[in-house]
Amino acid sequence: MSKRIGMEIALAAAEAVALCRPDVVAAYPITPNTHIPEHLSDIVAEGRIDTDFICVESEHSALSACCGASGAGARAFTATSSQGLLYMAEIVPIASSMRLPIVMAIGNRALSGPINIWNDHSDIMSQRDSGWISLFAADGQETVDMMIQAFKIAEHRDVMLPVNINLDGFQLTHVVEPMLLPEQKEVDRFLPPYKPYAALHPDNAVSMGSLGMPDIFNEAMQAKDHALIRSKKVILEVWKEWEQLFGRKYEPIGAYRMNGAEVALLTLGSMGDTAEVAVDEMRSKGVKVGLLKLKLWRPFPTEELIKAVKGLTSLAVIDRAVSFGGANAPVAAEIKAALYDQKERPLITNYIIGLGGRDVVVDDFVKMVEKTIDARKKKPKEAYEIYGVRGS
Amino acid sequence: MEKAKKWPEKWQELNPGCMVLRPGSAREYHTGTWRSQRPIFDTNRCIKCGVCYIFCPEGCIHQGADGYFSADLDYCKGCGICAHECWPGAITMVEEG
Amino acid sequence: MNTVANFDLYAPRLADKEEYFSAGHRACSGCGEALAIRLMCKALGEDTVIVNATGCMEVVSVVYPTTAWNLPWIHVAFPNSASVGAGVEAALKVLRRKGKIADRRIKTVCIGGDGGTFDIGFQALSGAMERGHDLLYVCFDNEAYMNTGIQRSGATPMGASTTTNPAGAASQGKNEWKKNIAEIIASHNVPYVATACHSYPIDFMNKVRKAREIEGPSYIHCLSVCPTGWRVQTEESIKAGRLAVETGVFPLYEIENGKYTMSLMPEKLRPVEDYLKIQGRFRHLTPDYIQRIQKRVNLEYSKLLDKVENLHSWDELEG
Repeated sequence: MSKRIGMEIALAAAEAVALCRPDVVAAYPITPNTHIPEHLSDIVAEGRIDTDFICVESEHSALSACCGASGAGARAFTATSSQGLLYMAEIVPIASSMRLPIVMAIGNRALSGPINIWNDHSDIMSQRDSGWISLFAADGQETVDMMIQAFKIAEHRDVMLPVNINLDGFQLTHVVEPMLLPEQKEVDRFLPPYKPYAALHPDNAVSMGSLGMPDIFNEAMQAKDHALIRSKKVILEVWKEWEQLFGRKYEPIGAYRMNGAEVALLTLGSMGDTAEVAVDEMRSKGVKVGLLKLKLWRPFPTEELIKAVKGLTSLAVIDRAVSFGGANAPVAAEIKAALYDQKERPLITNYIIGLGGRDVVVDDFVKMVEKTIDARKKKPKEAYEIYGVRGS
Repeated sequence: MEKAKKWPEKWQELNPGCMVLRPGSAREYHTGTWRSQRPIFDTNRCIKCGVCYIFCPEGCIHQGADGYFSADLDYCKGCGICAHECWPGAITMVEEG
Repeated sequence: MNTVANFDLYAPRLADKEEYFSAGHRACSGCGEALAIRLMCKALGEDTVIVNATGCMEVVSVVYPTTAWNLPWIHVAFPNSASVGAGVEAALKVLRRKGKIADRRIKTVCIGGDGGTFDIGFQALSGAMERGHDLLYVCFDNEAYMNTGIQRSGATPMGASTTTNPAGAASQGKNEWKKNIAEIIASHNVPYVATACHSYPIDFMNKVRKAREIEGPSYIHCLSVCPTGWRVQTEESIKAGRLAVETGVFPLYEIENGKYTMSLMPEKLRPVEDYLKIQGRFRHLTPDYIQRIQKRVNLEYSKLLDKVENLHSWDELEG
């Protein structure tokens, strides 16, 4: 029977990871995700799990240690944010190329310059093409659920890819919410012990991390791409099983009040919850608006997106990162690319909000929807705008 | 141990993560084609000490059943270390013809 | 004839016949590092996992779809041999404790070149040594970033010409002394630190075997001659290593629980010029500069002998 808990989401995330019985955790502190490894080390110190917690001396070493541990057949976990993610960025594509099922929690935080410890998505957007499965949690319950789902997805023999779970720094990590935490035996039934495809052990010697000459590199990249694309099938299966066991439904793109919607917002992460309130407000005023909450970022759910936007006249894509000098912000660029070949596609507006932790309120969403509706008559000059910038 | 697949492999045939599941398979690559000189072992002088065997970077010098050492020419790169280190001077390097 | 104390003529025949590092690897002809790795594996035996940093050895040994290794092996990136090794060591420990793998000790051995140890990999090494993992780190020091084409590293000796500090009309090559990594690692309170060279194969293998038995961190620094980078005749690879030791440029010693012991004490050190003149990378040196090097070698050797004579082991100090 799941237990109802009220705690900081970061601590709940750690509790969820502990339920998965990780063998090795290697993490380096960085605000705002620090509470995740801290609480895990508390759990280890209390003897509640039999895990080796390596207090590594940098994030680069954190992911490296996870690669070594996963290579040796252990279930490995790490957590980081922003600059930490960039410091381990050298290893990020290697982890997916080597098909190591590492799970990483990312407390999304702005990339430096100027240094800023608060929430936006610039850190994960920089790792878009790394070959990891990427999930976005919108609240505490999704965080807890996705942490546990991630291990099962990653370790599945048809997947064998690392997974990152994105939770907004401070907006989620430091917020206290009521959540249902599954029971240990429920998780044990859902998630069996890790059985690696190959492990570093003298009884069956393998060499991992070879040199790939040009004559096979293209094939290796095709294989990696295919593995990520193919993983969607497993993700959907795992989500179906989760719904059967726990009654909570997960889809690549969640729909909120999309029935009869003419205009819609598309969000990732916790801002979706604020957008829901805005949608309710506008619906009560008769605006035919709905909300799409993207949960699966990689592999990108093109099929589900095409279905979700059918019938929409316009779509406001809400980004939380800038692609400097790009044609659009990251999510909108992805959406536009996915919809390009469709004969009928909505008019897309792109707003970037909440950079570096700037507060995003219900009224912002209302205004963005109004601007999007106006855009049907008068196309905006720019393809994207950083919403609410003083002086513009 | 996995069997060697036909090279070059198709993308579907690649081992996950480009892992190599065949230990010691480098032996399929005959580095002996590199050399420009080759060691000749004189059994009259050889004292069967094994110094040539221990100093060969390829590990291609083996002791035969008769106790004398000789190089596996499939792998010998002709570096000349064995000839240089041989105490009784039982090894000489000759140019590959 | 080679007059080397400590070298048993027939000892090579006692070495493990198994070639854990098989022929067919793509190392240069006469590569000292390849020889050193081959010897190290013989001393380690089968119950070993090798963690390799990017460098010559990684690139020549595992070219998909083949591998020269008859041992489990992992390579991830350049700066992280020690941190990947830390993860492997932790995993093997936990899995053995949980009964998921056989109940026998498997040693994690991290290897890296001087680049991956002195410079880019230094942080990970320092962290791993400080955390006390049960791992052996062996640095195969060929005194420059050889795999990328002979660039200067923190291990490059003074006076050597490399592609990033070449000798020319306005320069005599690297002007700084070699970083003393063995001392730095010993300061991490590591119970066993040793220097070795493939030209003294039995000594090297004995040290590897000793380090393997340590339950905790250990470090071996193996000088590896690179005929390509040092501009030495391929057949003189072993001789160059021998001269490095006989001239006192690279003394062989062990630091066990703080006690320094020389592995080899030549009665009289040969002049450093004997070592420098067979290498093309020192060909540009003036007699004055060689004198400077000789003075510094003498100083460093005296510093070491001073430690050998005066420092006590931790057990002696405690009791």
